[in-house]
Amino acid sequence: MNTPTRISYREALREAHREALAKDPRVFLIGEDVGRYGGSYAVSKGLLEEFGPERIRDAPLSELGFVGAGIGAALGGMRPIVEVMTVNFSLLALDQIVNTAATLRHMSGGQFSVPVVIRMATGAGRQLAAQHSHSLEVWYAHVPGIKVLAPATIEDAHGMLSLALDDPDPTVIFEHALLYNLEGERPSSWPQIDIERAAVRRSGADVSLICYGGTLWKTLAAANTLASIGIEAEVIDLRVLRPLDEETILASVRRTHRAVVVDEGWKTCSLAAEIMALMAEQAFYDLDAPLSRVCSAEVPIPYAKHMEEAALPQPQRIVDSVKTMLGRG
Amino acid sequence: MSEFKLPSLGADMDRGRLLEWRVKPGDVVKKGDVVAVVDTTKAAIDVEIWSSGTVQDLLLQPGDDVPVGTPMLRLADDGEPATVATQPPRMSAPPQTLMSAPAPRVAPPAHAAPPPAAARRRISPAARKRAEELGVDLNKLTGTGPDAAVTIEDVLRAGAASTAVAPPIAAVGAAPISERASAMRQTIAAAMARSKREIPHYYLATEVPLERATDWLARANAERPVTARILMAALFIKATALAAHKYPEMNGFCRDGTFEARSDVNVGVAISLRQGGLVAPALMNTDSKPLDDIMRGLTDLVKRTRAFSLRASELSEPTLTLTNLGEQGVELVQGVIYPPQVALVGFGKPTRRAWVEGNTLRLIPVVSLSLAADHRVSDGHRGALFLAHIRELLQQPDTL
Repeated sequence: MNTPTRISYREALREAHREALAKDPRVFLIGEDVGRYGGSYAVSKGLLEEFGPERIRDAPLSELGFVGAGIGAALGGMRPIVEVMTVNFSLLALDQIVNTAATLRHMSGGQFSVPVVIRMATGAGRQLAAQHSHSLEVWYAHVPGIKVLAPATIEDAHGMLSLALDDPDPTVIFEHALLYNLEGERPSSWPQIDIERAAVRRSGADVSLICYGGTLWKTLAAANTLASIGIEAEVIDLRVLRPLDEETILASVRRTHRAVVVDEGWKTCSLAAEIMALMAEQAFYDLDAPLSRVCSAEVPIPYAKHMEEAALPQPQRIVDSVKTMLGRG
Repeated sequence: MSEFKLPSLGADMDRGRLLEWRVKPGDVVKKGDVVAVVDTTKAAIDVEIWSSGTVQDLLLQPGDDVPVGTPMLRLADDGEPATVATQPPRMSAPPQTLMSAPAPRVAPPAHAAPPPAAARRRISPAARKRAEELGVDLNKLTGTGPDAAVTIEDVLRAGAASTAVAPPIAAVGAAPISERASAMRQTIAAAMARSKREIPHYYLATEVPLERATDWLARANAERPVTARILMAALFIKATALAAHKYPEMNGFCRDGTFEARSDVNVGVAISLRQGGLVAPALMNTDSKPLDDIMRGLTDLVKRTRAFSLRASELSEPTLTLTNLGEQGVELVQGVIYPPQVALVGFGKPTRRAWVEGNTLRLIPVVSLSLAADHRVSDGHRGALFLAHIRELLQQPDTL
């Protein structure tokens, strides 16, 4: 179906897994249906055949159990990749992640590290209803001791996994469910990336649009619409949700003097709230308009398609928000 | 009937505090009469009225601290019957603008909702910061942002459009010298920063032989009592005034990018104050005054400046400024123009120097003469002619 020069986000992830598994014998993948079924979003399809059941391990339906197993393996010197089907299900494993993985380096006085990588799907848009569709990234971004990544591009989907495996501390990677089918040119060689900095995906002088993961593409679409009416938006892809790249965010808003944060999480206590607080604290005197955000409606994400769409940040809402801010509404 | 409003007594004044009235209702005043004493950041200033007539009402009372442009008194114009004496009913029912009468305070009924607090103007933090940097008065801006908020764009537009807006200066209350000095520092800072921001200065300098002027002064002073002696500074002032009359692009005000030449020459003389700070009040009509008058005027001006007692017109009317830093041993002045003026003439310290004239080398007194001028209004060529004319005039002291 794909021409050889095209690659999807899903395939980029699979390729990253394959490279990691091939490069380091300590790496293994564990999760529900990652083996025979090929992963709930088909990321690991074919890996069982290639690497065998020792390294591509189907786990029983117990997030607490298999995430804990991954953390234990990491403590024991392995480099596990734990796949959790969705962030909703990861709540069952919060105790392992927040109370164990995130704390052990601190509680052992630096004697133990937990180099586990926990991947999970997040976000809505596929009519999977309220128990499979939420964006709870901020729950993890709240916790010291873990790094939280949100690859929004094919390059980041590919590159972040190995960097996360190299990190001696626990890393949570959020893959937005709508991005798996994202396709793009396959780069002739994968670019060097980092997992420290936010990325400016589009430059503009009039307003900073700050987003991450699944909202990047909606935000870029909004920026194109805005450009057609003469408003140049700068689009910041956070990439790393914890620790936040404050420098890039602040530099952008100091330049544009206006910011809209786009976040698929619910508005109350959202990551957007944190970023707005950051700007209010550190760039107050550079602001030329009240900060604004486009978040999900404060409801469990609805099943019905039109309701689901209405609940989520959409390009038009981003455009409207910017126009209001600029007095062009 | 007309209203006399608090005038701006200098480009950097935006408020004043009424210290005392010098007139009362019923008084007949003529243009130029002192009607009030107003305290500004620079001095207690005698405010002169601009028109003649009969004082009808006093609209302020001593102690009122008001922005420039606030009506101070109402004047029945000449020929118009004053209503003070002839229409007593009006006095018994004071017009609303009569603020000198204590405003009756009616206690609101206990159950009434508190009056809505005046809505705070919406001014973005960045706009405030920018306005401060540019010296733009936010009170004069109309916000064009959402909900009529003042945005950076509004500030930049105002900053670009107007050279007349003065930065807000904290008004001083009474007059402890230290407070006034600090307020004056702010005032000078604002005016000078604005000057350097807005005025494209160019600088010229030349050397002026003072042999003839020195000799002439010595002869002239020999016949005078000590109190009537003339200083070299008076010659500098007169020569500058005459040259400014001949080169009008050095004499006047540049406002909103438009230059308005003045036919009268009022040389502002920079006078430093003992506690620090600087005022440059005008010697009015300098070009048409004989040297003796200039000397007397200068002495008087210095005395009154240091006593913080200047007339309004002396502060608002200088058409160019002269600064003489020679006393401090400075050789050359490169001045900052005082907006909205367009030129500043500087004299350094007259010193005896080797001077070549023809094929002869002689030791004579020489002074450095410099000009800082506004390139929006004049060019270096005219500036050079202006300086050359001052130099020439100083070679003919008897004509001054």
